[in-house]
Amino acid sequence: MSKLEMPVQPDSTPLAAAPSIGATQRGVPLWFKGLAPLVLLAALVAVFLRVGPLGVFRQNFPPVEQLTVERIRLPQAGLMEVEVVNGGPEPVTVAQVMVDDANWVHSLNGSRTLERLESRIITIPYPWVEGEPHSVALVSSTGLTFTGEVAVATRSPAIDARYLTTFALLGVYAGVIPVFIGLLWLPFVRSVGRRWIDFLLSLTIGLLIFLGVSSLIEATETASLVPAAFQGHALVLLGAVGTPLLLAAVGRWRARERGERSPLYVAALIALGIGLHNLGEGLAIGTSYASGEIALGTFLVIGFLLHNTTEGLGIVTPLAQERPRLRSLILLGILAGLPTVLGAWIGGFTYSPAWTTLFLAVGAGAIAQVVYELGRLFARQSGAALQAPLNVAGVLAGMVIMYLTGLLVPA
Amino acid sequence: MSEPSLTRRDLLKAGALGTVGLAAGGTVLALPGLAQGDAKAGQGQASHHDMMTVGQLAPGTPDPTRFLTEFDTGNVSRLPSGQILREYDLVAEDREIEVAPGVFYPAWTYNGQVPGPTIRCTEGDRIRVRFTNRGHHSHSIHFHGIHPSNMDGAFEPVHPGRSYVYEFDAEPFGLHLYHCHTVPIKRHIHKGLYGAFIIDPRTPRPPARELVMVMNGFDTNIDGENEVYAVNTVAFHYQKHPITLQKGELVRVYLVNVTEFDLLNSFHLHGNLFRLYRTGTDLERYEWTDIVALCQGERAVLEFTYKHTGPFMFHAHQSEFAELGWSGVFLVQAPHV
Repeated sequence: MSKLEMPVQPDSTPLAAAPSIGATQRGVPLWFKGLAPLVLLAALVAVFLRVGPLGVFRQNFPPVEQLTVERIRLPQAGLMEVEVVNGGPEPVTVAQVMVDDANWVHSLNGSRTLERLESRIITIPYPWVEGEPHSVALVSSTGLTFTGEVAVATRSPAIDARYLTTFALLGVYAGVIPVFIGLLWLPFVRSVGRRWIDFLLSLTIGLLIFLGVSSLIEATETASLVPAAFQGHALVLLGAVGTPLLLAAVGRWRARERGERSPLYVAALIALGIGLHNLGEGLAIGTSYASGEIALGTFLVIGFLLHNTTEGLGIVTPLAQERPRLRSLILLGILAGLPTVLGAWIGGFTYSPAWTTLFLAVGAGAIAQVVYELGRLFARQSGAALQAPLNVAGVLAGMVIMYLTGLLVPA
Repeated sequence: MSEPSLTRRDLLKAGALGTVGLAAGGTVLALPGLAQGDAKAGQGQASHHDMMTVGQLAPGTPDPTRFLTEFDTGNVSRLPSGQILREYDLVAEDREIEVAPGVFYPAWTYNGQVPGPTIRCTEGDRIRVRFTNRGHHSHSIHFHGIHPSNMDGAFEPVHPGRSYVYEFDAEPFGLHLYHCHTVPIKRHIHKGLYGAFIIDPRTPRPPARELVMVMNGFDTNIDGENEVYAVNTVAFHYQKHPITLQKGELVRVYLVNVTEFDLLNSFHLHGNLFRLYRTGTDLERYEWTDIVALCQGERAVLEFTYKHTGPFMFHAHQSEFAELGWSGVFLVQAPHV
């Protein structure tokens, strides 16, 4: 054990010494003190809703209307389906629909007026043209327009056995196989000397930092597509900060149970972090494919194959001095790789920028926690510091490898 | 106008099933020539019924069909000199207007309507227009034609709550227009302050079925481009409610272009050609054609007679304008016996 290992202290909580809940002070019950402000707030809201004091503030402000086109499906020749959600503060009425700057007949699966957070599917019998871009503009009753784009028109994949198989295969190629190939480095990692294990650990840290930051950036990008009411950037915050806190709490609980953070636990944590990242990545792939933005070319699959193989290396490096069972290794591979399949399936069925944002942010947060744990493992196992030249080179190499293999994956 | 035989909900359902040709709503259903789109339903092909607004105007909306033939000839009296005096009242007021079914636009109007009333008189008449501004911005009326400088409406903005009297002799005969000339002019015009101004020649033109068509557009989301194009404000109105003509009757269209933001607008007639009288200031025909392009403020008198019965389209020959609402149908019927 390293000198840095912190002995885990049993929680000597001061709870026993605290005054018992429910006790009264000067005759006022504690529950009343806790609830009184809430009751007052509820009463105030009720009065506002009834009397409408906003009328005092509200004059002739132009209505704040916000419709978001979440996605456009092309289920068959001559038909468009537009999924739209009202993410603004006011109800919005869809009065007319224009496709490629032409008014077009259409129908909605419900009232033309969308209350806050309501969504509709608008069906338009429009003769879209294979391989060409199209734009849809929804004209509200106040004349504002809300647009959605079809980047490249192609028939949306029907969700059938063939679709699921295609994406299962894609997920296996892009997620599962590379992770398992990476795991095959285990014998190699076990044979190299301490110095090189340190280097590989640094390399893992480097590539995780790259993955984490790119997850966070992607989350921020999709956050801007989230309807305003769902507060995309708050979702990023929740995912990116909440996840490491939760993982830390779980880690602390486990450490108390088992007495230490085992390298296998760190490996599992890395696999989980990578898995969450791959879930977000899978969502993006499924959505792009369903909306015709990417074709599933050989190039794309090879790109993901190379890119993700390094992830497998990252998982096994902490296990350099362990003798994990084969079953554990397979579970690690599944944990890291399989979410790609899940993500691709979900992304094809339904696309919600809000969920994609959340998953990506959770992935980023998980990776941040993993990097932290890995740093601790490094400190515990290694004689040298992370700042040693070879290890710094490792971190940089990790990032450069991710960058270079990332060149093969279309944005 | 016949009543629509289907409810709006039915029409919407029809659209959802891809039964093209039913969803246009209203009277087009009665047109045999336009119903052929049905045959192609479900094959990914579209007809003119699909490229259309949905729904009907709210009850109480000024009827564009009535506007076609509404002429304000003023209060007529004689001056001591014997000259005919025509007095008009125009009031500028802010009003929300419907530019497509369900789409409302915060307009500035003359007498609560866009376009403003069609002012009509005869060459040599004395015109007296009492203008009152009940809007929230300064406005004016600038008439095209020959008149003194202080009657030109360019340099005398009329402030909210104030009035002004424009008085001049009507000359020359022709098809003119009037519009607000207060800066920023672009906004004052595209918000709706314009109308047609017809000065008839002393010897009247031959009797005809006369229709006023003011080509206009609306930038509903204020991005400097029109979302709605039309004649007489409402997108696709005359396609949903065709204008009925008699075979063989003389038709005269007073065509004015006030479209803002676009360099040109145009009128194209199907199944026929028209005699073109540019600005209407000459009784000699300028050209025999089926299309005329007009710059903003330009206007022309068109005369034609239909040789065949049936529905005939008329529309801007800028396809984009046609598809955003500037399309209509003449339904030519056999003459009454």
